[in-house]
Amino acid sequence: MLESLFRRLATRGGEESDRSGGSDGDVRTDGGTVTQTAGSTEGSQRSWRESEFVRSLPFWLPPALLMGLFVYGAIGWNAVISLTEWEGFGSPDYGDLDFSMYAQMLADPTFVAAARNTVVLLVAFTVVSLVVGLLVAILVDRGIRFENTLRTIYLLPMSLSFVVTAIFWAWMYNPEFGLINVVLRGIGLGFLANDWISDPSTKLWAVIFALMWQFSGYCMVVYLAGLRAIPSDQFEAARIDGASTLRMYWRVIIPQLRASTMSAAVVLMVFALKAFDFLYVMFGDTPGPSTDILATMMFREAFSSSNWAYGAAIATVLFLLALVVIGPYLYVQYQRGDL
Amino acid sequence: MSTDTDGRFPSVSRIALYAVLVAMGLFYLAPLETGLMTAIKTQDAFFSSTPFVPPFGDGFTLQPWYEAWATMQGPLTDFSGALYNSAFVAIPATVLSGLIGSVAAYGLTNLNWRGQAAVLMLFVAGMFVPYQSVLVPLTRFWTIVGLQNHLAGVPFLAQRVGLIELVVTHTAYGIPICTILFRSYYASFDASMLEAARIDGATFTRIYRRIIFPLSKPMFAVVLIYQFTQVWNDFLFALVLVSSPTSEVATIALNKLQGSMVQQYNVQMAAAFVAALPTLLVYVLFGDQFAEGVAGES
Repeated sequence: MLESLFRRLATRGGEESDRSGGSDGDVRTDGGTVTQTAGSTEGSQRSWRESEFVRSLPFWLPPALLMGLFVYGAIGWNAVISLTEWEGFGSPDYGDLDFSMYAQMLADPTFVAAARNTVVLLVAFTVVSLVVGLLVAILVDRGIRFENTLRTIYLLPMSLSFVVTAIFWAWMYNPEFGLINVVLRGIGLGFLANDWISDPSTKLWAVIFALMWQFSGYCMVVYLAGLRAIPSDQFEAARIDGASTLRMYWRVIIPQLRASTMSAAVVLMVFALKAFDFLYVMFGDTPGPSTDILATMMFREAFSSSNWAYGAAIATVLFLLALVVIGPYLYVQYQRGDL
Repeated sequence: MSTDTDGRFPSVSRIALYAVLVAMGLFYLAPLETGLMTAIKTQDAFFSSTPFVPPFGDGFTLQPWYEAWATMQGPLTDFSGALYNSAFVAIPATVLSGLIGSVAAYGLTNLNWRGQAAVLMLFVAGMFVPYQSVLVPLTRFWTIVGLQNHLAGVPFLAQRVGLIELVVTHTAYGIPICTILFRSYYASFDASMLEAARIDGATFTRIYRRIIFPLSKPMFAVVLIYQFTQVWNDFLFALVLVSSPTSEVATIALNKLQGSMVQQYNVQMAAAFVAALPTLLVYVLFGDQFAEGVAGES
């Protein structure tokens, strides 16, 4: 995950922990360590520990409350607003709560299309970025020169905001002057040239491709870390057994990259949920039925049409969708003792 | 894993490998290169020439950069441009969430009490909450708070109410990731070192000030770089919370520029580079270490 990524940066210099535990959670120390080191004096330690808990409260409680207010409080408040009929004038009427917004949503073809596009975007973008990232990582891992330069180049798009990416790619996809069509015509494939971001059949895929451009470098870096964590004797053993390179990766190496895959996938899905910025800059608040996602629909309903309660209801669905992604991840992290 | 065996003549597969890697590099650079070339061409030149080819003759101009700079930044003297506004949000929000995250992480490390996992779980989950699911209450919250009334007479800040709201909001949203990053770092510290300090009678606060905080420097660098990029690149919160044109941040100004001048691609590209410059610089300067750290290499 992100934390392992930055932890590695912070502890660069190649301590052994860097190589031992995969891309994820190689440091599993938590409260247990203290107990182990000073385990002999059980009684005195208990009272010490309890007072320590109380004294630690001022450190983490205020930030927890701030976050509780702005993040979790807001989510709860959003859920309550979604049960009202609020249209932005005055304050919401909290006395009359029902699920009418959700009923309206299910009957709304726009919502159905947006939900479908959201899932397609989420899954396709994640899978495509992971596959590209993995392939590049395997190539980079073959003892090449200029590795640092190449990695920096691959990672560069990740530093950009969605706004900047959208502006660059709108130009790339320009039907007449954009690089993609110009190159296609130049190499004699002019018949493939298309108005990529206006044609409903290619729009969503054009967006997914651009987002893949932005984040596959990140996947590459995560996978590279995962590959480096696999002991090299496993590569040797597979080779001695006479396995082909392809087979070795498919059977031996890739299955061991599960932790890297999972951590990269979670981060990608979070970015996919933020793809709103990209779509908004490229298409405005109405990207059309083939590209509309829940995030753009929510913004349009709440902030352009003043259907605040309806927007809040869509936002709740979006949060639940995020929960479906995060929930299993958190559960696994918890089971592994990484929390 | 495998390297050249003879070390003198690269094999065919070796050449193919480099060809693929360079092609990938070109793929990642192509939109940036095309953007850069477009940004130094005149209007006529970018419509008539191949997009990624450098301009020649009188096709070359720096005019788009002047225009982009004027739109994004305005005069340098009055601290009112979009880039200043972005800095005004990103710097305080980054520093605040970094400091708060460090302190919170210290409070949540090396303790063994029931419920700690649940608290941590809330911190971790906070990173993944889509901004959309809090936008409506957030707007409502800041309306109720009514900052613009409280700050009406205060010079400088009165015109930047939206930016202050952004600082607070970004700080709150930065806390989860900052706390988790610091916590995993602190959890890797040698527990016996802290134990020794405790036995010597150092208080919890003192241990943080004297031992933990000074040791946090490398992690602060990482957290600050990451958080700065996140806040600088944010679009959605700014779109919702900032209403006055005087407090537009760079991403918003860039989007407006894009909407207002459909055909002036050269100015758009120049403006995109201007807006992206701080984060691009961070990645070019630290990207190598960043990737190296991720790859776990010495």
